[in-house]
Amino acid sequence: MNFDLSDTRQMLSDTLRRFLADKYDTGLRNALVEDPRGYSEEIWASFAELGVIGALFSEDAGGFGGEGGDLAVVFEELGRAGVVEPLLDTAVLAGSLIADLGNDSQRALIEEVIAGSAHLALAHGEPEARYDLSCVTTTATTDGGQIRLNGRKGVVMNAEAADYLIVSAREAGGSYDAEGISLFVVPAEAPGLHLMGYGLAAGGRAAEVTLENVTLPETVRLGASGAALPALEAAQARAIVAQMAETLGAMHTACEMTQDYLMTRKQFGKPLGTFQALQHRVAEMLIEMEQARSAVINAAGHLTSDDRDKQISAAKALMGQVGRRIAEESIQMHGGIAMTQEYELAHIAKRIVLADHRFGDADTHLERFIQLAVA
Amino acid sequence: MDLTYTPEEQAFRADVRAFLADNLDARTSEKVRLGQELTKAEMEGWHATLNARGWLAQNWPRSHGGAEWSAVQRHIFEEEAARAHAPRIVPFGLSMLAPVLMKFGSEAQQNQWLPRILSGEDWWCQGYSEPGAGSDLASLKTRAVRDGDHYVVNGQKAWTTLGQHANMIFCLVRTDPDCKPQEGISFLLIDMNTPGIEVRPVVLLDGTPEVNEVFFDDVRVPVENLVGEENKGWTYAKYLLTHERTNIAGVGFSSAGLDSVKRIARAANHNGRPLIENPHFAARLAKVEIELMALSTSNLRILAAAGAGRAPGVEASMLKVKGTEIRQEINDLARRAVGSYALPFASESLEGSNQPLPDPYDAGAVTGTYFNNRKISIFGGANEVQKNIISKIALGGRT
Repeated sequence: MNFDLSDTRQMLSDTLRRFLADKYDTGLRNALVEDPRGYSEEIWASFAELGVIGALFSEDAGGFGGEGGDLAVVFEELGRAGVVEPLLDTAVLAGSLIADLGNDSQRALIEEVIAGSAHLALAHGEPEARYDLSCVTTTATTDGGQIRLNGRKGVVMNAEAADYLIVSAREAGGSYDAEGISLFVVPAEAPGLHLMGYGLAAGGRAAEVTLENVTLPETVRLGASGAALPALEAAQARAIVAQMAETLGAMHTACEMTQDYLMTRKQFGKPLGTFQALQHRVAEMLIEMEQARSAVINAAGHLTSDDRDKQISAAKALMGQVGRRIAEESIQMHGGIAMTQEYELAHIAKRIVLADHRFGDADTHLERFIQLAVA
Repeated sequence: MDLTYTPEEQAFRADVRAFLADNLDARTSEKVRLGQELTKAEMEGWHATLNARGWLAQNWPRSHGGAEWSAVQRHIFEEEAARAHAPRIVPFGLSMLAPVLMKFGSEAQQNQWLPRILSGEDWWCQGYSEPGAGSDLASLKTRAVRDGDHYVVNGQKAWTTLGQHANMIFCLVRTDPDCKPQEGISFLLIDMNTPGIEVRPVVLLDGTPEVNEVFFDDVRVPVENLVGEENKGWTYAKYLLTHERTNIAGVGFSSAGLDSVKRIARAANHNGRPLIENPHFAARLAKVEIELMALSTSNLRILAAAGAGRAPGVEASMLKVKGTEIRQEINDLARRAVGSYALPFASESLEGSNQPLPDPYDAGAVTGTYFNNRKISIFGGANEVQKNIISKIALGGRT
């Protein structure tokens, strides 16, 4: 066993940390949260230039990383700085699906993603689906070499910025059947594709997506007909690893800020951090954070193993629980200052808490863990 | 012991319910239900409606125009009002300042200020906390120096809730810097329109401009606006804090919040079944409901004792800690219940943000409420301070 980062990953981590420390402050990020675009094109271009996007893809797909450990290194840094740029959606979620299922012409899109010139979104979840990946009611019908899509997708991240949306639709079976789900690469300008966009509490933007007789040539199909669920599960597993690493980075920032604040803020004539009641709570936060770090390492290290789903669910259940505790304790121990929007911790805490609202919350993964552990 | 409501109390509940059904404006109630910010006019309108019925000043004696309700009546009203999604009664004038004026104010002050609280002519805000004086309130530095028949006030107050609407502020100021911190504090009533006062809004983490900073620069306050004696303000402030805590358990808010979570969890779908049937979610819901059932009785027990003349001391601190924990847990469940629809957010400052956000469960601003209510375990004496009070009394003297 070896828990050290490889030289390449260490270098990537250092470069990204320096870049973000230099460029990405609270003022910039909070402006982006309220920006109608939701992210900075300049920062995005820098990520491409620094190789940050390429590190999220395997060599086979045209990148130079793509393993769990690469995702973890990049996203932990993004989380520390509270980056809102949609790397998770473009590169990890949608990017993984194209790398996994795409034909040569579709995989050419990855080159553009790595170069920073293309944005993607995965339009999969539906308003009724909650966190169930197999719940798809959007339909795809084939008629004379044309695919016709109809349905509605909810909270589609990065939909407005995306040049292409990867849309899931059902070609066979009932609403919750594992079989019968297919994927399609839908260009943003396709007639019948409607977006209602909005900002998100933790930064970034999403949209409610309606597909009304979106008619496209059969070439937009991504992968085999009716067999997309395993690829969706694999892409979601990668996204969970990335998102957990990001949350871990954010938790690190929350703990650091709390430790600093407790030793700076004086009440009753001494630093708050000299009160034992608070000292113990800081200690508990740090203990929990080490647990979280190990959970992320477990998940990242099992992305390609048979044990993947159990490891992922174990980690996501733990992160949901630890995240809430660290976010709430950080705010509480800061007091009023952490309630203000312009204070860095406010955004960081929202990131940590709201991470539990993507890809299944702590309860959903606890439930899946129980099923997998019993099986 | 008798846990049943008397026929009179049941009749009172029916009265309250009918009053709410007839007088609570539907649009305002909907905004409260969805966690949307109320305008000043909407809050004032609700006060006027209650005042017309004689139900605004619920804990005031009748001699001052109050309803003089029993603890049980107040509890019933709180429960019914929260269930009907009535706006909360803005407490600063009614239940924070008024009891202090009645106990320590001069007759002239009582005659001048109390009727204006009832009529809505004055909107009071509270000037207690400062940037450097939070949990340690006695370390406050805002200075008032006597100059003829005026005090000249300089300094800064923080976290002034709804101060943007206020025309009056009651303040703790330091009149003697050369003694124990608690002994040099006075209680002043200040007109917000006096030259030298500046109010700056502070946007909270849920995007709402709810609190303010208030700056005082050579603000001249007539000496007749001193309440009680100079340098005795700490005593009055402590008295006020016990009154601030009479509704501190927030049972009504929690009951309404719990109803709302159940409604959302019946509408939300989890693996093809209503979320409320999911054993993990159901267990979370049940645990907090069990806590709330006990808290509701604790609240009534403590209010009953207070009504019998025993001042709530350590018990008020217990209600505050447990009450805020329960409320925050309910806010957590509401956010949890809506799944990915907890993520959308309408920023006040973003242009075109008037368009409605997707809300498939008609849940309203559950994420905003969850984050905004992190404050309830911080303000009014942080829960840590409450625990210090409890443990000091529990352990003090046992040597």
